[in-house]
Amino acid sequence: MNNDYTTARDLYQQTDTDADVLTDPEIAHLIVNEDQVLGMHGVPGLNIKTEQIEQGLYIDINLKPQHKIEKPVHLCFGMLPEKGTQRIEMKVNIGDHSSIAILAHCVFPRAVEVKHIMNAEIVIGENAVYRYQEKHVHSDSGGVEVIPKARIVVGKSSRFSTEFVLLKGRVGIIDVDYSAEGLAHSVIDMNARISGLQEDVIKINEQAYLHGEHSTAVLTSKIAVRDRARAEIKNKIVATAPYARGHVDCKEIVQDQGVANAVPIVEVAHPKAHVTHEAAIGSVDNKQLETLMSRGISEDEGVEMIIQGLLSK
Amino acid sequence: MPVLEVKNLSLTLDGKKILDNLSLEFWEGYIHAVVGPNGAGKSSLASTIMGLDGYQNFDGDILFKGKSLKQVSIDKRAKFGLTLSWQEPARFEGLLVIDFILASAKNKNKDIAENALNTVGLDPENYLFRAVDKTLSGGERKKIELASIMVMEPVIAMMDEPDSGIDIASIEKIFEVIKVLKKRGTTIILITHSLAVLDQADHAFLICKGQLQDKGSVEKISQYFKSVCEPCDHKNKPDGTIQSIGKQNSDNIQVDQGEKNE
Repeated sequence: MNNDYTTARDLYQQTDTDADVLTDPEIAHLIVNEDQVLGMHGVPGLNIKTEQIEQGLYIDINLKPQHKIEKPVHLCFGMLPEKGTQRIEMKVNIGDHSSIAILAHCVFPRAVEVKHIMNAEIVIGENAVYRYQEKHVHSDSGGVEVIPKARIVVGKSSRFSTEFVLLKGRVGIIDVDYSAEGLAHSVIDMNARISGLQEDVIKINEQAYLHGEHSTAVLTSKIAVRDRARAEIKNKIVATAPYARGHVDCKEIVQDQGVANAVPIVEVAHPKAHVTHEAAIGSVDNKQLETLMSRGISEDEGVEMIIQGLLSK
Repeated sequence: MPVLEVKNLSLTLDGKKILDNLSLEFWEGYIHAVVGPNGAGKSSLASTIMGLDGYQNFDGDILFKGKSLKQVSIDKRAKFGLTLSWQEPARFEGLLVIDFILASAKNKNKDIAENALNTVGLDPENYLFRAVDKTLSGGERKKIELASIMVMEPVIAMMDEPDSGIDIASIEKIFEVIKVLKKRGTTIILITHSLAVLDQADHAFLICKGQLQDKGSVEKISQYFKSVCEPCDHKNKPDGTIQSIGKQNSDNIQVDQGEKNE
């Protein structure tokens, strides 16, 4: 067993994911520690290429037309050292009539001063599906800075969904910046569920531009801030085409000295388009908490149950 | 000694007297009903007994097995064995039915949750892994709440309008839960203005404007209901026949200390 493989398994074990996926020939994977590729495996129709660049790693993911990848592709971006910067430039191209689900693990379990920067360009062809689930494992130090930025074009009758979840550890700083353009009959679904503690900072800036007829977008943010954590959520949907439909849903629970703000922006530039938004920010609902307490659950346990419920799918 | 005693309880909210020198005794293993018109103070009484936010500053006392509940938090009261089901149960985004039910269970076993759901008339297969959220109707959440109370095995279960939001076909299931709880020795306090719910009780209190108007057997207290009247000067004006029942009782309220329908 070589060192790279051991390191890869070590990274995977941090995510509570069965590391056997790394040896399953039917599951494509790419394992990166810092800017080094530890392992890579493709499946028919899916090409993954990597290249060292001056400031990090370039990754090209190309799914040929007419290919449906049955099992989720595993990407693992890890930083096992306490300090360092990981910079990923990624291009994704999903061919027409193809579908893929990517499970990305970002693992920084010992981070004291770690920065993870991701710039992605994603182009989804026609009648295609691209699902991207990003699960993070951080250290408890708060010394992680995560800056993912993505520009996405969702082709006709295609679907793009993304989900951002922090599984373990403290947020540190998360600064998400996603912008997606939807063509006719496309679906954009962006979902973030994050809980901040102590001095954590959560910034989410998600935008969906519905330029195609019957295109739809849902931007959902479920955030909890406790201690002195802060959250700034900006969700924007612009609808310029007939029958475009959008909804922004932002729920933030604030405890202790936490501060949260939400800026939902909805812009409609066609009389047959329709976009709605709802935002709820505040402490834990008293009736929920009192219901749990009346079953013998302590106030702290009740708050945790309510927050975990909000953050769950 | 009663398991729960409300002694000279007065509660004022926003300058308005909600409960006025109310004294009630609840006996172990009995089903008690607290009845009265809208605004009588029934739900406020339950909220005060449970110690909910906004109901903690009152005059008088509430004794659980002889010990004062003043300064006792909601969860501590629940640990003593006191609990409440709400008229309109809370919605919990993302919290699964199984987790909600088992949160109050001494034995955190899936079978326990399944049995409780079956007893309240919900198919576990369809409900265990759903969230207690807006996708469930008020009636479904009411049943789930009752299931959570069943697994808690409380000493005292207060149920605020247990038939509220429950369809006619399911009401018997709710009454079945009440009977199961009683069989297990739980003292039940039904907050209601429904004659059908009142009929489940062994003993009843009639309150109006925060005051005790009468108490005694269900048969006796239900006379007020059948006559659509209260013995006090409430907004519902009794007709002639009703007047005589109401008048008789309001003129001569017999509050027998510790009266039980045995």
